[in-house]
Amino acid sequence: MSEMRRVTAIRNGTVVDHIPSGNAMQVIRILRIDTDRATPVSLVMNVPSDKLGRKDVLKIEDRELDQEDLDRLALIAPAASIAIIRNHAVAEKMKVELADDLVNIAKCSFWNCITKNDREPLPQRMRVTSRDPLQVRCYYCGRGQEINELIENIL
Amino acid sequence: MGDIVTMDDLTNQEIVAVLDDAERLVPVARGDVYLPLLQGKVLANMFFENSTRTRMSFETAMKRLGGSVLNFTSIGTSVAKGETLYDTMQMIDGYADVAAIRHPRQGAAQYSADAVEIPILNAGDGAGNHPTQTMLDLFTIRQAHGTLEGLNVVLVGDLRYGRTVHSLSHALVRFGAKLTLVSPSTLKMPVEIVSDLREHGSEIMETESLEDQIAGADVIYVTRIQKERFPDEDEYAKVAGIYKIEASDLSGAMKGMIIMHPLPRVDEIDPGVDSTEFARYFEQAFNGVPTRMALLCRSLGIDVPKKVK
Repeated sequence: MSEMRRVTAIRNGTVVDHIPSGNAMQVIRILRIDTDRATPVSLVMNVPSDKLGRKDVLKIEDRELDQEDLDRLALIAPAASIAIIRNHAVAEKMKVELADDLVNIAKCSFWNCITKNDREPLPQRMRVTSRDPLQVRCYYCGRGQEINELIENIL
Repeated sequence: MGDIVTMDDLTNQEIVAVLDDAERLVPVARGDVYLPLLQGKVLANMFFENSTRTRMSFETAMKRLGGSVLNFTSIGTSVAKGETLYDTMQMIDGYADVAAIRHPRQGAAQYSADAVEIPILNAGDGAGNHPTQTMLDLFTIRQAHGTLEGLNVVLVGDLRYGRTVHSLSHALVRFGAKLTLVSPSTLKMPVEIVSDLREHGSEIMETESLEDQIAGADVIYVTRIQKERFPDEDEYAKVAGIYKIEASDLSGAMKGMIIMHPLPRVDEIDPGVDSTEFARYFEQAFNGVPTRMALLCRSLGIDVPKKVK
């Protein structure tokens, strides 16, 4: 755990470990971490890791990630491990798992998809067609999206 | 359950079973035999975009089987007032037993299938899928060659926006077809589709030139370059009229080769081809009737009798 001490331990919040090296900024985006937030967020990039070679680590104070956050996280950090910290101690450990169907996580990018009408009430749905490399397609229109495009279209 | 949104909703065995049903229904489709299998049933023809052949052949198919048809067009209706597809489909869920839907937006058929209880038949969604067209295309191919297995099929024209070729190519590779995709570079088959086709282990060749492909073909499937699918006029002008088949081009064709076209044609096939042994597009248009009859029966859970008299 010595690498974890590169930044101060947090009292309450979430540690997201084993983010693929270089993806931490995308994680911040996908978790909709508000840059105007008053509470601190610590970011460690490119630290050595047995599992990944190199990895990024993110510590978010005073926020506990929920299942929906984990579903989003799975898109760019499928091997991430999550620790919920309460009063300086690890209170819960969680793994992310990429679902087969992503409901209301990202919107379809295709200009002529039926879901482009915001007033249509059914949810946005993406199907995971490949996990490595990650490939998703709109459940309705079948159009594929690259991961970078998908991050732009996170709801 | 009875939804047919893409060809993936049917297994190969189911495709063959529907084609067998359709074959037995040909005398009913021609009006020689009256067989009211769908008496008391109502089909909603939900056409949010214009159509001639598809809408009319659905209507004929339903009526020849003793059923009735509600025809909906979006022009001047609640849709023009801004009604969502979801709301429009809720209404039809209460009025009909089955719906055929054509819509300019891609994904509209799957969306409708999720929105309602009644079975949905996709009659074309944007540049997406058109599985009932594919079924009648397969019917036509099987009628001419006696099989769907391992044929050499050349698809020509607008392969980017042409939804009929998207559905058809998916189905053909499942039966081991070798596909040659002939289109201008701006209208190539979308990469997702080509990668899907290759995943099936099928041999796919892409080219811009048609003339070298005629001699080896079992089927030449020609599509119109659709003006209405182009975001701008200039792009259309560059490729309009690029392929044109005349009777004299077919001297080297194999015996039994057929030329198909989903119609309407503009100038892709010269009228001089109509009287050759190769032309199949008008029979193909008729085949929409028995094929859609068989699909309507399947969606409504009605068995087609083994002997039709």
